[in-house]
Amino acid sequence: MTDLEIRAETPEIASNDSTEGSGRMLRALAGLAVPVGAVVGALLVGAIMLWALDASPFEGYKALFAGAFGGPDELADTAIKSMPLLLVGVGICIAFRAGVINIGGEGQIVAGAILSTLMALALPDVPRILLVPLVLMAGALGGAIWGAIPGALKAYANVNEILSTIMMNIVAAQFLSFLLQDLLIEEGAIKIQQTKRLSENSHLPLLPGGTRLHLGVLIAVLVAVLGYFLLFRSALGVRLRAVGHNPHASRYAGMPVNRSIVQALALSGACAGIAGAVLVFGSESHRLIGEGGASGFTQSAGFNGIVAALFGGLHPIATIPASFLFGGLLKGGIDLQQAVQVPAALIVALNGVVVIFVVSSLKLQTRIRDWADKQRRPKEASRVE
Amino acid sequence: MWSNFFTTASIVTVLASAIRFATPFLLAALGETVGQRAGVLNLGVEGVMLGGAFTAYYVRLNPSGWWWAGGIGTAIIAALVVGLVMGLLYAWMTLVMHAEQGISGIGVFLFGLGATDLLFQKQVGVSLPIQPLSVWRVPLLGDIPHVGDVFFNQSPLVYAAYVLVPVITIMITRTTFGLNIRAVGETPEAADTLGVSVNLVRLGAILIGNSLAALAGAALVFNTNTFQQNLTAGQGFIAVALVYFGAWRPAGVMAGALLFGLVSSTVLQLKTLGIVSGAASALTAMAPAILTIAVLVIVSRRIGAPAALTKHFDRNA
Amino acid sequence: MTMTKKPRMALLALLAVFTLIATACGGSDSDTTEASGDATSTGPLKVGIIAPSASNDLAFSQSMVDAVNAVAGDRELEIAITDGTFIVEDAAAAIRGYADDGFDLVIAHGSQYGGPLQEIAPDFPDVAFAWGTAVDTFGLPNVSAYTVRADEGGYVNGTLAAQLTESGVIGVVGPIEVGDAKLYVDGFVAGAAAQDSDVTVNVNYIESFSDVALASEAATAHIANGADVLTGTAQMVVGATGVAGPAGAKWFGTQSNQTPLGPDFVVASQVYHWEVVLVDMMTAIDAGNFGGEVYTLTLANGGLEIEFNDGAGADPAVVAGAQATIDGIIDGSIKTDAG
Repeated sequence: MTDLEIRAETPEIASNDSTEGSGRMLRALAGLAVPVGAVVGALLVGAIMLWALDASPFEGYKALFAGAFGGPDELADTAIKSMPLLLVGVGICIAFRAGVINIGGEGQIVAGAILSTLMALALPDVPRILLVPLVLMAGALGGAIWGAIPGALKAYANVNEILSTIMMNIVAAQFLSFLLQDLLIEEGAIKIQQTKRLSENSHLPLLPGGTRLHLGVLIAVLVAVLGYFLLFRSALGVRLRAVGHNPHASRYAGMPVNRSIVQALALSGACAGIAGAVLVFGSESHRLIGEGGASGFTQSAGFNGIVAALFGGLHPIATIPASFLFGGLLKGGIDLQQAVQVPAALIVALNGVVVIFVVSSLKLQTRIRDWADKQRRPKEASRVE
Repeated sequence: MWSNFFTTASIVTVLASAIRFATPFLLAALGETVGQRAGVLNLGVEGVMLGGAFTAYYVRLNPSGWWWAGGIGTAIIAALVVGLVMGLLYAWMTLVMHAEQGISGIGVFLFGLGATDLLFQKQVGVSLPIQPLSVWRVPLLGDIPHVGDVFFNQSPLVYAAYVLVPVITIMITRTTFGLNIRAVGETPEAADTLGVSVNLVRLGAILIGNSLAALAGAALVFNTNTFQQNLTAGQGFIAVALVYFGAWRPAGVMAGALLFGLVSSTVLQLKTLGIVSGAASALTAMAPAILTIAVLVIVSRRIGAPAALTKHFDRNA
Repeated sequence: MTMTKKPRMALLALLAVFTLIATACGGSDSDTTEASGDATSTGPLKVGIIAPSASNDLAFSQSMVDAVNAVAGDRELEIAITDGTFIVEDAAAAIRGYADDGFDLVIAHGSQYGGPLQEIAPDFPDVAFAWGTAVDTFGLPNVSAYTVRADEGGYVNGTLAAQLTESGVIGVVGPIEVGDAKLYVDGFVAGAAAQDSDVTVNVNYIESFSDVALASEAATAHIANGADVLTGTAQMVVGATGVAGPAGAKWFGTQSNQTPLGPDFVVASQVYHWEVVLVDMMTAIDAGNFGGEVYTLTLANGGLEIEFNDGAGADPAVVAGAQATIDGIIDGSIKTDAG
């Protein structure tokens, strides 16, 4: 399978009983220095790009940090931005640990969005306390179906999931475009590819505190916690991880490998599908808007969620802060763009640089931590991962 | 209506268009095949394609008036150089820093997308057209009625792409380098004990892969004679998917690219002739993707992935 | 391998560090002054534009940026642009951001922005919002909508195309059948048919606003099927013009003056002059009226102009005859049957 399986280990094994006192501090510092250094390095490259565009890196980054983390409203907006990343990311944790590479997040988000929108259009008068869970479940179902199809194709027809999920993304985006031109489009003199404003009862309620924070963020965290329990504290999780770790041995041991592959992709798709529902019903517009392309709706969360999951070490709980930080970069980027008036493309490039630097540094982090271990305990030098 | 579609002229149009449209996919997928046979997954093909595309466009357009730029040859060479540079970056990330291959590519993709967008906006601004690449009619073969129009009346880059299919097949199967690629892709530890430098071979494969991806971008620019932000619009990812369709064999990859191109151009012709319109037009846009999956299901093969795909090699581990 | 608990700590620590930095920086300049309030006060009018594609796309986004810059030649404006905002929620944040920063006029230049605008505008009663291409002001007093009778110029282009084609086949490369794209194509087809009912107009909506390669192939397909005059709309048409020129076809453009795409073969372009409606909007804002109107660009009010390219070598008599068509549309004697 993939190199990812080496990372796919249980947190129980992860605990390091050799740390004590200053050793633990050294280890933590060493572990921290690397990602911080990577981000700093990436921001330096970004500063060069800003400077080349006649923009002040100082002003730009001030706006970025302030816009991402500078106050309760900003933190709320960052949380909202991170929410689809977290949901997709949890799904990625499940899929990748089961040995399946799910690049179909975009399509699964769209599928979830479509099904949840249909639910809201069909039952607009159902009281909110029922309708909100219903649309979320519809979203999960839509995403699950869209994930199960490539899963079944892989398990029973030997179709590689990278191919099928990429193709399913295309199909979903075009299907969304079709629905919003034709069946689901709001009536109007000018045709706009969006639905009408969806029923008030389906809107995700705002959380107290006066910000734009809504229930979707709590749902995302809940899904992350559930994902953790599923992966690490349930029989299904053990089976999925075993299949991911060594499908041949699992099959030999009598485990239902094929069914597990389908389940993994279905669960992964369900998480992305919930993201789709939350994106519709937590949106400012309370509509499903596909005008200008599906990625205008999904925010490329299908890809960014993969990044968030891997930054979090494929652990659902760690994906929470990872998504939050990445979401902060995305949110703050908008403020940077407005403050120093650079083309929005700079933010895309900056995101790429951050991903490159951080992902390149992750193994370094392990090596440095090993080095830190060896400094304290030369005799135990062979603590291999 | 359908009778209009099945005329000779119409079929020739569809087939010729399929071959031309498939060329960028084919080039990028061939490059990715070489890389994956050596055990390296690169999801950033799209970013490299954009880098090559913009470079080829910029050198061909030559808005800065450089004395050495403006020609097709220099444009292609410049694109290849950019591909090599991006390949070196990816090689550093993968072979030195052991970055996770699933997402390192996404970083390259984002960077390529944003950087080419920025450079285009700042250095060129408007999608000015470039001088096109002339079609080259193959002597004798190009004169065969109908068949000649389809296969032997294309631009040189198209010919180059299809010639590369047997070339890369031979390279992989019959050269020492190709043997080394396969060895490090399947059992790097064994290859290492036999004295093969795993990282050096992988470096070569990565460089080939990225150069071909950049060339694919250049081919795209010469198919459209222009450039715009996100010119590739997902073609790089489709190219990666085609590697799996082709079961890591260049001939299979070519079949996948041609299938995708054929379905796309068929749909295009049907819409041009008015046979498909309105709501059906929106639905047929899904056809290439669906049919690619469908064909693969039907022709399902049992060839597996290179065993060491995405596994990092660390001699000291 | 231990990539689980410790990265969590590392990430939490990172978060703490960022929050510290942020609180040090935050709360100062990106904060709100009160919403703009007195629009009749002295000082430049602050205009914020949010657009879905690049500001130099020679199409939809550029048309608005060019218009605002044109108005800036006549009155003092402070302009800020957020382009490339195809993510609707980001546009919502940008709209809110401009409103918070005391901008006087926020132009949400994209049909997809209406949904969020409907929710945001009520929070800022002293800010004028405008959006398009649309006709819905949601009944809000501070929202204007603007649209364009793209079918009018489409009709004129269609009549010209029908006269200029020698093969009798014309090709249209469209994006998706919505918005002003649909209006333009419908008008074009009507104009061509009215001019010469024997001419064949093949329409292909490629189902994307941005797939340049597909637009190139669509144009090539049109040409292979006999078309010698092409037209199209949206930013991906650069792919169509890229292959039309070398193939010897003529091109009719829309949204912006597309002569730079083909100095030899672009015959004419229907140019959107949003400044016509912007001036009206700003005058209303000066008088304290922040919205409620629907503005339309037409040939009659000068918002639409057919700009010819002399370098394309089209028959001058035909070109001159276009004026008659334009006049006919303006005085209502010619109906475009669309929009």
